[in-house]
Amino acid sequence: MAKIIVNGEEQEVLLPATVADIIKQNNVAQPEMVSVQVNEEFVDREEFSTLQLKEGDEVDFLYFMGGGTANVSNLANE
Amino acid sequence: MFDFTEEELNRYSRHILLQDVGVEGQEKIREGKVLVVGAGGLGAPVAMYLAAAGVGTIGIVDGDVVDLSNLQRQIIHTTPDVDKWKVESAKETINAINPHVKVETHREFLMADNALDLVREYDFIVDGTDNFPVKFLINDACVMAGKPFSHGGILRFEGQTFTHVPGTACYRCMFKTPPPPGAVPTCSQAGVLGAIAGMLGTIQAAETLKWLTGVGELLTNKLLTFNAKTMDFRKINVKKTDRCPICGANPTITELIDYEQAACDLKGH
Repeated sequence: MAKIIVNGEEQEVLLPATVADIIKQNNVAQPEMVSVQVNEEFVDREEFSTLQLKEGDEVDFLYFMGGGTANVSNLANE
Repeated sequence: MFDFTEEELNRYSRHILLQDVGVEGQEKIREGKVLVVGAGGLGAPVAMYLAAAGVGTIGIVDGDVVDLSNLQRQIIHTTPDVDKWKVESAKETINAINPHVKVETHREFLMADNALDLVREYDFIVDGTDNFPVKFLINDACVMAGKPFSHGGILRFEGQTFTHVPGTACYRCMFKTPPPPGAVPTCSQAGVLGAIAGMLGTIQAAETLKWLTGVGELLTNKLLTFNAKTMDFRKINVKKTDRCPICGANPTITELIDYEQAACDLKGH
């Protein structure tokens, strides 16, 4: 097992693991709604399934956050 | 000399007592022109605190009317304001808080064809909007015009914010393009705890006042996120990205874009 830091907290993972694997292991419900940094560098979405993580890597998930308000009343109106 | 009246000195005395602010800082606040985009959950506390603080000119952009369902969090509007234009309702509240503030109402939505003209009229812009197309538009317009802004996003029990000044990380450095409209969790998973809007909006108001007065360290190159369920706050270091499509070395975005809204998010846009 190797240790990596995900969102500031230590996690044990089995290497080899890609960014996509870590997204999956962390039960990210909507991977299309997350932006990923490894060691404070943003990773292109196209590289999620190829970029291999190493022991000690720091991974941050940044989530899209809008307003959360979009309009229950709209749904009722439709 | 600063020409504050006795009434103003008294009104702003708790600012003036702050060593970091003083009369000089209060004068900078009074000279400030701030544009608040959206008179909703975030824009409400932002505009109210900026008004109370004595920001000289506050512009408000919103093309919507007050709906009963807004009142759970949009505290600048009250029950008798339902069906009023949000900009008018907001102006009344601001002037009730502080009649010294000049309020400029822009009763329209921010779009690619008006965004640059609007942001150019102000010193600092606050994103108080609830959807991704406008968040990207604010980012792009501010980067193009060289204007600083505060970004804010909330969802359910969480919030996030950063401050951009020219040369620091922008929204597209972190999120290159808007999520596909169908993926946006605004429909079935939407909803927000009203107080979250206050938590985040007051952070944005504080950043605005810090920028105006030059006090402290802004949330530049940092994304502040919090989850109110656990009250965990986290500052994530972020960097300006060379590959950024708008502020990077070879920008591919050279004009503003009106992105498509998610299907359940079309109201009023």
